[in-house]
Amino acid sequence: MSELTLTVMRLGFLAVLWLFVIVAVQVIRSDLFGTRVTQRGSRRGADQRSQQQQRQQGAPPPQRQQGGGRQRRGAPTKLVVSEGTLTGTTVALQGQTITLGRAHDSTIVLDDDYASSRHARIYPDRDGQWIVEDLGSTNGTYLDRTRLTTPTPIPLGAPIRIGKTVIELRK
Amino acid sequence: MSVVTNTTTIGAIDAPSRRNTELMLLGFAVAIPVFAYINVGLALDGELPAGVLGYGLGLGLLAGVAHLVVRRFAKYADPLLLPLATLLNGLGLVLIWRLDQSPRLLARSDFSPQATNQLMYSALGIALFVGVLLVLKDHRILQRFTYISMAASIVLLLLPLVPGLGMPIFGAKIWIRVGGFSIQPGEFAKIIIAVFFSGYLMVKRDALALASRRFMGLYLPRGRDLGPIITIWAMSLLILVFENDLGTSLLFFGMFVVMLYVATERTSWIVMGLLMSVAGAVVVSQFASHVQSRVAAWLDPFDCLETAEPGTNMAFACDQMTQVLMSFGAGGTLGTGWGQGNSDLIQFAANSDFIFATVGEELGLAGVMAFLLLYGLIIERGVRTALAARDPFGKLLAIGLSGAFALQVFVVAGGVMGLIPLTGMTMPFLAAGGSSVIANWALIGILIRISDTARRPAPAPAPSPDAEMTQVVRP
Repeated sequence: MSELTLTVMRLGFLAVLWLFVIVAVQVIRSDLFGTRVTQRGSRRGADQRSQQQQRQQGAPPPQRQQGGGRQRRGAPTKLVVSEGTLTGTTVALQGQTITLGRAHDSTIVLDDDYASSRHARIYPDRDGQWIVEDLGSTNGTYLDRTRLTTPTPIPLGAPIRIGKTVIELRK
Repeated sequence: MSVVTNTTTIGAIDAPSRRNTELMLLGFAVAIPVFAYINVGLALDGELPAGVLGYGLGLGLLAGVAHLVVRRFAKYADPLLLPLATLLNGLGLVLIWRLDQSPRLLARSDFSPQATNQLMYSALGIALFVGVLLVLKDHRILQRFTYISMAASIVLLLLPLVPGLGMPIFGAKIWIRVGGFSIQPGEFAKIIIAVFFSGYLMVKRDALALASRRFMGLYLPRGRDLGPIITIWAMSLLILVFENDLGTSLLFFGMFVVMLYVATERTSWIVMGLLMSVAGAVVVSQFASHVQSRVAAWLDPFDCLETAEPGTNMAFACDQMTQVLMSFGAGGTLGTGWGQGNSDLIQFAANSDFIFATVGEELGLAGVMAFLLLYGLIIERGVRTALAARDPFGKLLAIGLSGAFALQVFVVAGGVMGLIPLTGMTMPFLAAGGSSVIANWALIGILIRISDTARRPAPAPAPSPDAEMTQVVRP
């Protein structure tokens, strides 16, 4: 066996051995999963960040396509609870979906016997118009006096009633 | 109430099982030893070694079986542990086969080719690995055997002292002979005693951590809590004195100190542990001639080779050490290449205790570093498993097993390289010797079982008060 072949094999083996080590370290790197913390920060940054978040998640839910930056003038900026145990609570509208219900993971957790676990959700459509949708609740969601059957755009200031709680969107 | 002003979203990502990654790495881990095997054959005889197909298929088959069992019975286990262990085992087989080809070693009366045996032991090891995964559905079952495992490990440790059963080799009484096979019970005791430590510390950790007095910045535990550590210390010293086995006693004591520290978070245990082990080592080195020769060979092997009387234990130990250091030196940065070194000059135990010298000579510093990193990665995955484990027993067991593995690598590699006095222990997975390979496969099996439990996605949360019936509005 020629000297050259042996040298090539010697160096080749070391290269392959180190390649394995590097691949193994890469596997560890891609293995760092668990909880992911996303800072949402100010409203202005929310647009970019929500897009980054969508890229990370791969398949973004459609209602997240709209970012805060594309909000039209005169669009609501906050959701206010005007009646019920949570009266006075406000949620900033930043293009995220707001879920309402008794479930602990809801955005607004309702302490209300007449609300369902997952009662309703409020989300922006592509144009930035906020939509309220009943999620098959027991007692229904009311916009003004009408019980919702389909996702409905929310006019500014219109009361949405869920059990004993009333919320509305404000500027 | 999760309302409104919080600006942080915490979301869990689904845990992937990573089994395909493991399969890819396993393929890699089988290919590298086959490449090394071909390399040795080409360097020694200038032709492909005859056994390359059988050897490659054998290793591949073992790895494949292990992978399928992991895929079926430990779906979420860590993807790196199995490939890393397979790679080290495969490379160990090549190293042993390479030393089998050495005419110098074959001429010795006490040497016999080990590669075939080692392949058989590896198969047994993988069988035990599979057995662990099949039988041990949940590592918390081991918790029930806390005190039984204490008794079992003490019995295992004392077995080599039983007349007729024990078999002293080169001053160390750590083997027993059963039906033609020599077994090193200490290797198995290592795993079993980790079970005892985890079970014991899980119960006693609060007493050990909290009920203590502060003295000169150190937390001193109460006497009754100090009992067990004194017992273990005395036990490891007894092993040292009666069996001349520096390595195992260091391993046991070190593992206990590591686990105490992890369980109680008290630095004082480490300080006390170090002081006690130094005191023990100094006392023993004054009396045991076996240890004295090792220390002399460690301090200045070249000088001691000249001054020691030929034929004595001392001269023998020093000669070995000089050969080992020469091996590492001859290897340089990139090594001489597979099959082209002279590490067989080490003669006795070249393929077991001193196998790392062959790595140093033929693969050089680059190869030694890669090997140490492979060991480091196994240990890292073990510690990661401990961090991720949800139950305290699993945490302690994982940290104990990976700590024992780490200590063993440190003690052997450090001894061979002259960092610490040499102790007769085996490099996990590399060295020739059935007990070591089999026990380490079992250790990897337990780690894989714990990591499977730790990485398995948490079960759906129990129905909360949310799930109460919604009252219906009666119109």
